[in-house]
Amino acid sequence: MAYVAVKGGEAAISNAHRWLAEDRRGDQAVPEIQVDQVREQLSLAVDRVMSEGSCYDRDLAALAVKQSRGDLPEAIFLMRAYRTTLPRFGASLPVETANMAVRRRISAAFKDIPGGQVLGPTFDYTHRLLDFTLAANGEAPAAALEAEEPQAYPMATVASVFDQENLLETDAPSAEASEPFDLTREPMSFPAGRDQRLQALARGDEGFLLSLAYSSQRGWGNTHPLCAEIRLGEVAVEFTPDELGFPIEIGDLTLTECHMISTGAAGLERPPQFARGYGVTFGHCERKAMSMAIVDRALRDAEEIETAAPVQDQEFVLYHSDNVEASGFVQHLKLPHYVDFQADLQLIRRLRREWFAREAALKEAAE
Amino acid sequence: MNAGSNAPERYYNYAYLDEQTKRMIRRAILKALAIPGYQVPFGSREMPVPYGWGTGGIQLTAALIGPDDVYKCIDQGADDTTNAVSIRRFFAQVADVAVTEDTGEATIIQTRHRIPEKPLKAGQVLVFQVPQPEPLRGLEPRETETRAMHAYEEYGLQYVSLYESVATYGRIASTVGYPTMIDERYLMNPSPIPKFDNPKLDDNDAILLFGAGREKRIYAVPPNTRVRSLDFEDHPFETQTWDDACALCGAGDSYLDEVVLDDAGQRMFVCSDSHYCAERRAAGHAGPMAGHQLATPETEPAQ
Repeated sequence: MAYVAVKGGEAAISNAHRWLAEDRRGDQAVPEIQVDQVREQLSLAVDRVMSEGSCYDRDLAALAVKQSRGDLPEAIFLMRAYRTTLPRFGASLPVETANMAVRRRISAAFKDIPGGQVLGPTFDYTHRLLDFTLAANGEAPAAALEAEEPQAYPMATVASVFDQENLLETDAPSAEASEPFDLTREPMSFPAGRDQRLQALARGDEGFLLSLAYSSQRGWGNTHPLCAEIRLGEVAVEFTPDELGFPIEIGDLTLTECHMISTGAAGLERPPQFARGYGVTFGHCERKAMSMAIVDRALRDAEEIETAAPVQDQEFVLYHSDNVEASGFVQHLKLPHYVDFQADLQLIRRLRREWFAREAALKEAAE
Repeated sequence: MNAGSNAPERYYNYAYLDEQTKRMIRRAILKALAIPGYQVPFGSREMPVPYGWGTGGIQLTAALIGPDDVYKCIDQGADDTTNAVSIRRFFAQVADVAVTEDTGEATIIQTRHRIPEKPLKAGQVLVFQVPQPEPLRGLEPRETETRAMHAYEEYGLQYVSLYESVATYGRIASTVGYPTMIDERYLMNPSPIPKFDNPKLDDNDAILLFGAGREKRIYAVPPNTRVRSLDFEDHPFETQTWDDACALCGAGDSYLDEVVLDDAGQRMFVCSDSHYCAERRAAGHAGPMAGHQLATPETEPAQ
């Protein structure tokens, strides 16, 4: 009865979905996980879902993580499919990360920089030993000690350190800049401007960007990046309603931002300067922000020099970075293809008949 | 218009997409009809089904469908394949639309991999789900290159590829998604339909629309447009044929699926177009295995 499975009815689909729901719930003797528990205790999963789902809503992202049973690309897909239905009432002003309320800020370029090195909540320097007290539902963690002096606000950016000598290219918006490209409303087009590239990278798959960045480090389009600054914290979002005509604060975002710097392509028209690669994510997604910055930097090389590595190739990177697209297309191979396969079967049977006939004829001629 | 019986779906607009998005898609459709075979980029949206599972076709249907439409959805020619069932249910819910399996009765037919056997009529719209809109993609991976090739009508590479196939296999070994020339201007990927269906594209009375959601392209063949399948004078275009007829309805003129009956080489061939087959059986036609359980309508277990 193999063919019955191929042609499935509505009842089969409904039952499969009920089974899925049952599996999601797991053993009913174990208390059901609550969305607020996911939001608070699986917060980095929530951050990734918000980032790649391109929708800043911790509660919805937590719901998506729960609904997808922890399958993050599936949760990201849920967020995207939701966000695409939302009406848009305008664009905010660009957020000013120089004014971020910083929780973590490190620079690998200088031993000390204005504002200092602030480790913040990081896995760095933890020893990766399973903590069995967590399994035993251990006691509440001891609170971190508060600094004796409040942190500098605003925390100076690493760019300000370079300003004196003009060693680092600036990132001030150019006067003739048009409206930024909107990847969620327009199809990808090439050559892609940096706005389009950064949007694609910001929602791109962490794993894909990580591997691309790594390939660059290993020599496939090396950019010799140096981590000038990573900062994590909260920034205000400002919006100018038409009826007011001046910006008002409508909320806060947690962002991770990364600047990678490396020596730029030297030109005759301008003095040598460090060039930047830029990475930014919602929430705390440091691996993603760093990978994004390296890939952005590599793509910028492609503007100036003949390039060959995958990481420097706009079409290769941008067309394959989205995990909602990639996951859908790879997995569509589960759908029936038996019309196509019948055509292939026909062809291969025919080619084999012809091959054996030719062999037989050759053999006959030889004898 | 939004008062429907399916409460949860009514959190969304009629036919799911918002009206601005529908208008954007309708504009792309009009442009596609005005330039037959040309791939129009459009701002494809994330849909509640995965990319690669019919999002292009679903967006076309959502932009076209109204409460008076009668909707049919097939996959591999059949109305009862899982993804077709899923998409048909989606529109029954979000668009309160009448659904049918009857090819003649439908106003919009969404399809994956087949064109129905029954000739379409003027006024019908056939919506194709397209995984890869670019006919040259297998030969040239870069979109920037292929767009230029279309602009300059530079299709030599395609002919070379067909020639190489003849040189290697003695024939044009392309079976599905066989390249077509639209109105002697644009090379077009007919989507992965078997080349058996290619002749149906030519001079069709219906509107043929192609939607590629993931690749964000829409293209079209307007009614009664010349669609030529590429070939050579000494290797003319040919379609699939079978030694067998449909085991259920005896049709000798339809595309057949091969159904494996056991692991000892037993198989039967049946119409891929489930409605065509059922209609013929209802009219009294019978094949050598008429009465096989595949011919009986699916009985759903009690809920």
